[in-house]
Amino acid sequence: MKLLAAAAAVAALSLAAAATPAPRVNDAAITANGFPAKLSDYGFFADGAGHRPAAGVTPYRVQTPLWSDGTDKSRFVYLPAGTTARAQGEGMLDLPVGAALVKTFALNGKRIETRVLLHRADGWIGLPYVWNAEQTEATLALAGKRIDLVTPAGAAISYAVPNKNQCKECHASGGQVTPIGPKARNLSAEWLRSFHEAGRLDAVPSVARRVPLWEDRAKVPIADAARGWLDANCAHCHKPDGAASNSGLYLGWEVTDAAALGVRKRPVAAGRGAGNLDFAIFPGDPDHSILAYRIASLEGGVAMPELGRASVDPDGLAIVRAWITAMR
Amino acid sequence: MRMPAAIVAAASALAVAAPIHARTIAVAAGADAQTRLQEALILAQPGDVVQLGAGRFALSDGLSLDAKGVTVRGAGMDQTVLDFTGQKGAGEGLLVTSDEVTLRDFAVENAKGDGIKSKGADNIVYYRVRVTWTGGPNEKNGAYGIYPVESTGVLIDGCKVSGASDAGIYVGQSKGITVRYNMVESNVAGIEIENSRNALVSANMVTRNTGGILVFDLPSLPVMGGGNTLVEGNTVVANDTPNFAPKGNIVAGVPRGTGIMIMANDHVRIENNLLADNPTAQILVVAYPNAFKDERYNPYPRQIAIGENRVIGGGNEPQFSGGDQLKAAFGGALPPLVWDGLGGKDALIVGTKLAGVSLNLPSQGAAPTSARPEGLAFAPMTLPPLPAPVGAPAVLDARARP
Repeated sequence: MKLLAAAAAVAALSLAAAATPAPRVNDAAITANGFPAKLSDYGFFADGAGHRPAAGVTPYRVQTPLWSDGTDKSRFVYLPAGTTARAQGEGMLDLPVGAALVKTFALNGKRIETRVLLHRADGWIGLPYVWNAEQTEATLALAGKRIDLVTPAGAAISYAVPNKNQCKECHASGGQVTPIGPKARNLSAEWLRSFHEAGRLDAVPSVARRVPLWEDRAKVPIADAARGWLDANCAHCHKPDGAASNSGLYLGWEVTDAAALGVRKRPVAAGRGAGNLDFAIFPGDPDHSILAYRIASLEGGVAMPELGRASVDPDGLAIVRAWITAMR
Repeated sequence: MRMPAAIVAAASALAVAAPIHARTIAVAAGADAQTRLQEALILAQPGDVVQLGAGRFALSDGLSLDAKGVTVRGAGMDQTVLDFTGQKGAGEGLLVTSDEVTLRDFAVENAKGDGIKSKGADNIVYYRVRVTWTGGPNEKNGAYGIYPVESTGVLIDGCKVSGASDAGIYVGQSKGITVRYNMVESNVAGIEIENSRNALVSANMVTRNTGGILVFDLPSLPVMGGGNTLVEGNTVVANDTPNFAPKGNIVAGVPRGTGIMIMANDHVRIENNLLADNPTAQILVVAYPNAFKDERYNPYPRQIAIGENRVIGGGNEPQFSGGDQLKAAFGGALPPLVWDGLGGKDALIVGTKLAGVSLNLPSQGAAPTSARPEGLAFAPMTLPPLPAPVGAPAVLDARARP
């Protein structure tokens, strides 16, 4: 029965492909008001289920990614025909209205969810889509969803697909939705060059200090690896115009003020998240640093980040602890 | 039938202010409440009312509202309960990040983090909302019950909060604030106004907390320079719950039995309160006690004005270093006003015949063991007015009526 259904689906797909000769992204789905019900409504992928990018959809990766329970993430940027992104120094690429960012989360080769970030005339909007068991379609989950999963590390977790508002909690800058990942400093020089050469980026931004590649974390200075991880995992909220602005704890790559980074900084509104500890970072002593305590926690109200993970990132935690240990 | 002119005027003002297409979105308790309620909060448009039915909403995750001008209204703080006992994620029960929101007539129970947080949410009204940790004081309870932060225009009226392991009602880094007619019980801090200006804390019932009403200004925060706050007409009685805040937090240093406590700040006025049986100190005025590096920060209390208050008992079990000897020296109970002695002659303006004690600490950050206490006496005088008006914009009152 299953085989039959799969065969029928494949047949339907090939029929659809035959009927539409040049697969194109549906620009109206990105820019019009409303919430498209299915991921396929956008046409980001030439063969819906297969995830082969349609014209104008370019895959990319970030140097150091956000931890998402050990899922594999594939990222794509879409630019409408005839448009280009603009480089803005080391920061976020300026993507035109009509652009979209697409991120698919998969575990053991099985897609769980795809999150899209759409640039509309009145700003960005984030929407989550959950894949069906047959892996043929993903459906809008406006209010989010919990899915029981087993991580690659073998942990049984309640995986949380964020709701639309939660998309914004992380993707917010001064109350507006904004992309997080594709900052020039968190993209490889090669990718930026090829994107420019493809005519999709106005210039190759010069980056003085690039976030290290996460796979290289053992080869680079420990501070760079740790700061790269904090930038990717914490700084979207912990920045002056982010969701955690009132904490005064700022963990972005560019931050130089030791107190803002948490060195001997007392908690503000942490409650039991402070774990009976006095400082965000107590140099030399990760066991007495709130930062390490919260990264290592799985408890609601304690665990950081608050959203987007149901398991601890063991490598991220190890890097942050090593960084604090080496601190004088 | 003739309606009083004021009611007619108010009714027509409401009619003008309400958007034409405002809808009421009803959400009932029951299966799949998480998805149904969260979806309603996402789809709500300015002017809409999300009407929560009576009953218990079993929630598995935090809820959030990011739409401007929405009212979330239940059937009453004892009838509609958002139950977060089974919450798996998020830092609070309900998060509001949009302006002009009204939250009223429902309860939040057992949130894993804070109860209700509103951040950067201007002109917010909390009316007859209850936030409870049902197991009573416990350091595993969430930090704040009602937690507006970084907002201009905050009205908290007729709410009830108990069990918070930090502050029941906490207003941080905000301005234009009214906290009135609330019942706060069995929290570490009953009401805390932190790094905020132009706050009115009026006619609240504050009992069985560790500390009753705190007005603090702390360093290294984006918004500092707290002050211009009026604490008046509150009943601050028997705040005697042992401190159950997780260590590390500033309120973990609040002595059990503090009535009203001012730390740093400029221009706070305290008058017409009933202060009864707060066993450490009825009124405690101190400088920020820790080391700090923030050059913008003033750690001293300035112009803390104390007018007439009704004082009964208290000071009989002071919980700080040297408190017992001090108590003995004063004949079995400390006087109503305890000051750490820091901030010089500008620290305090006392306009009434009130007894006090200065601990005479030698410097900011000095250990309590270095105290050289001496008695203080004051004579009646007229207090200067606060430099600026206090309280939430009057226009918010219309959203806080039965």
